[in-house]
Amino acid sequence: MAVDSQEMNADRSQDWREELRGKMNAKERSGLPRVTMPELPPTERITGFREVNSGLPEEMAVREAKRCLDCATPSCVSGCPVNINIPGFIKRIEKGDFLGAAQKLKETNALPAVCGRVCPQEVQCEALCVYQKMKKPPVAIGYLERFASDCERQAGAASATPLVNNSGMQVAAIGSGPASLTFAGQMTKFGCRVTVFEALHELAGVLSYGIPEFRLPKSIVRSEIAYLEAIGVRFERNVVVGKTLTIDDMKAQGYQGFFIGSGAGLPKFMRIPGENSIGIYSSNEYLTRVNLMKAYQFPAYDTPIVRGKRVAVVGGGNTAMDSVRTAVRLGAEKAMIVYRRSEQEMPARIEEVHHAKEEGVEFLTLTNPVEYLADNEGRVRQMKVQKMGLGAADDSGRRRPVAIVGSEYLIDVDTVVVGVGTDPNPLIPQSIQGLEVTKWGTIVVNEETMQTAVPEIFAGGDIVRGGATVILAMGDGKKAAESMHAFLLEKAARG
Amino acid sequence: MNMIVDRESLSDNVVKLVVEAPLIAKKQNPGQFVIVRTDEKGERIPLTIADADKERGTITLIIQKVGTSSHKIANLAPGAAFLDVSGPLGRPTHVDKLGTVLACGGGVGIAPLYPIARAFKNAGNRLIAVLGARNRDLLILEKEMAAFADETIIMTDDGSYGKKGVITVGIEEVLVREPVQLAVAIGPAVMMKFVALLTKKYNVPTIASLNTIMVDGTGMCGACRVSVGGKTRFVCVDGPEFDAHEIDYDEMIKRLNTYKAEEKESYDSYLGTLP
Ligand SMILES: Cc1cc2nc3c(=O)[nH]c(=O)nc-3n(C[C@H](O)[C@H](O)[C@H](O)COP(=O)(O)OP(=O)(O)OC[C@H]3O[C@@H](n4cnc5c(N)ncnc54)[C@H](O)[C@@H]3O)c2cc1C
Ligand SMILES: Cc1cc2nc3c(=O)[nH]c(=O)nc-3n(C[C@H](O)[C@H](O)[C@H](O)COP(=O)(O)OP(=O)(O)OC[C@H]3O[C@@H](n4cnc5c(N)ncnc54)[C@H](O)[C@@H]3O)c2cc1C
Ligand code: SF4
Ligand code: SF4
Ligand code: FES
Repeated sequence: MAVDSQEMNADRSQDWREELRGKMNAKERSGLPRVTMPELPPTERITGFREVNSGLPEEMAVREAKRCLDCATPSCVSGCPVNINIPGFIKRIEKGDFLGAAQKLKETNALPAVCGRVCPQEVQCEALCVYQKMKKPPVAIGYLERFASDCERQAGAASATPLVNNSGMQVAAIGSGPASLTFAGQMTKFGCRVTVFEALHELAGVLSYGIPEFRLPKSIVRSEIAYLEAIGVRFERNVVVGKTLTIDDMKAQGYQGFFIGSGAGLPKFMRIPGENSIGIYSSNEYLTRVNLMKAYQFPAYDTPIVRGKRVAVVGGGNTAMDSVRTAVRLGAEKAMIVYRRSEQEMPARIEEVHHAKEEGVEFLTLTNPVEYLADNEGRVRQMKVQKMGLGAADDSGRRRPVAIVGSEYLIDVDTVVVGVGTDPNPLIPQSIQGLEVTKWGTIVVNEETMQTAVPEIFAGGDIVRGGATVILAMGDGKKAAESMHAFLLEKAARG
Repeated sequence: MNMIVDRESLSDNVVKLVVEAPLIAKKQNPGQFVIVRTDEKGERIPLTIADADKERGTITLIIQKVGTSSHKIANLAPGAAFLDVSGPLGRPTHVDKLGTVLACGGGVGIAPLYPIARAFKNAGNRLIAVLGARNRDLLILEKEMAAFADETIIMTDDGSYGKKGVITVGIEEVLVREPVQLAVAIGPAVMMKFVALLTKKYNVPTIASLNTIMVDGTGMCGACRVSVGGKTRFVCVDGPEFDAHEIDYDEMIKRLNTYKAEEKESYDSYLGTLP
């Protein structure tokens, strides 16, 4: 998506911005230290699911905002997949106009309270901040984004008046993850009637069932949904598209355009002996039982979970970190990450790895499970692992792990969580004729428009990219809305 | 909201519910199931669609009380409602005209067997039903099955009704007597295991419908996984029916016991909440 630099320049040339820039020089600004996010101490946070990062107090936020140099060509913006006007919102924080900052964010990002918390800023916006060139810590863009949107939510100020459906268009979004939510918000703003169909009983996809409360409180997700409902988006839960309703059924009901945002929810297993033993979970199951079904409150809630004392989590991504930190909170005495590459190659965010270590998680890197051993009841008791060395770089540019022969040894475990990734769920691609699908099961789209091989069907997020990020899914949803709107207008004009 | 419009006790611990679910009623086929939740704190529970009425927009569920969730469901009265019903899930049974089909149902497994057996009958097959229960009081849907079956054999463990013996005795009686093109087995995992062993001996192709533990029912979690022919399959999306001769029953039976201790804890705490 092109940065609207004209608009950003106009915003930057306003008198108040110029005045603010004059208040402190670059040297003074860059001399300020980066804020440290206040957080619950590890001993306290591992006893429950409260959010770890507490958020910046006002004074700290304003101080951090002062560090931003309000660059004439802000490189940070090109690091953000949706090109948020970053200095624009940060300078409003410096000025003390927090709600104005939140509004600025909402112009490009429908879920800033979510992104401020879960975006991998260190490889996106903050990676390109000019401070990196000065060998100084970048402006804490993510913390500030979270600050502004939290202020708005706490003030109850998110303006939400129902928007009118003046286009006469009716469209559907399939799945309710960040891709579909963004699509739905945008289409509603274009004056379309939007219905979001979700297979589960709860909305928001991975934001609900995957990312735990201690990283992303569900109250935030719910208030974002409430906002969308208030502007007129309709939500239908418990509808499995392809089973309960097909695209043809929806066409018959008058839907003219479709956006598929069904995610990459199919868990991968490693296909090693003993993997179906009791106590071995996919990370999806483990996190779903805890986040969606509230198994950590069993028996007050009906869904149980095995509360292991010695838990091994296989993998090195966000999913693995979320699972292992969940295990700690469920009372594990020993919680381990077992990862076949080295820590440098871990795809998880640095903050997650750091938090996990603080919480007592052990890291067994260059280690890979090869077999699980169970007792007579079928419960996992040990895992056989193999040490790995690093060979030449592979397609991903990371060095390929190679097994070291004869290095196998046993680790005692009573719970294992397999968090080695997910594939797209084949349910939707199978149920729609004419869609083009890759050998990985992702749906093929025109990258400019997000349109699939079936003209009235668009797609985005993990179903197109495989496992990606929240902000990329949102970018896709927005892009798809813009091109679907144009497509429907053109179609209507043609008659 | 999915209202309960009708409720009937089929035996001491088996209840039939007719539930409003128009979209599902329209779309379902024999062999498919739904996932229900009774309340905010409830589990997601898979139940087979035993019958459906498209015109009325209802589906029929038959529930055996075994633990907390099934009790909560069985206690729902007409006028009450499920918080969530989603479906139809799973792949429908592949129904063909084959010749003679043997429908083997044990316990509450007779409920999911009923629509499948009827579909095979309607497809022009000769349909022999062999129904097993521990005793007379636990036998369900006998009349309904007998109404269309060409022959119905009843087996009870204690001989209180029909013939005395386990279900495989009744099945073997047919297998020695006449050629059978397909057997369908639904019931407790152990029963399906022994039926499969028997029909294998007689080289009769057999399908079994599995009732593993589930969470989402859409292929997202892997809780329902079983080994079939040495490969891991997900019952909710690849099944629930599989080639009965290829299933690793021992592994499945173990996995069904995953939460034994928790189920007891939950049930005790549930009984404590009852008046
Ligand atoms: C544990 C975990 C932690 C993560 N942490 C981060 C992080 O810190 N930062 C980050 O940026 N990203 C993170 N990610 C990745 C990120 O969550 C995903 O990239 C993003 O959610 C993808 O969004 P989506 O809209 O494509 O789909 P999803 O969020 O996957 O939502 C898809 C929805 O579609 C529904 N659906 C599927 N099939 C059907 C159907 N047939 N009918 C109706 N509904 C259907 C599903 O039930 C689901 O609710 C994490 C992922 C996981 C699993
Ligand atoms: C596809 C499918 C279709 C099903 N259809 C029906 C149906 O039509 N009618 C019906 O009564 N039940 C059906 N079941 C089983 C039903 O889902 C379980 O009986 C229910 O989950 C038990 O929950 P609970 O909390 O009452 O018992 P729990 O407290 O969880 O368990 C109590 C006892 O039941 C056993 N049990 C637990 N889960 C299952 C299970 N999935 N299958 C068999 N035994 C189990 C346990 O081992 C334990 O001994 C079906 C299951 C599946 C997967
Ligand atoms: S949306 Fe994400 S990448 Fe963009 S500015 Fe915000 S935190 Fe950075
Ligand atoms: S690059 Fe850094 S200093 Fe410059 S505008 Fe962006 S956040 Fe501010
Ligand atoms: S129930 Fe979750 S994958 Fe089958």
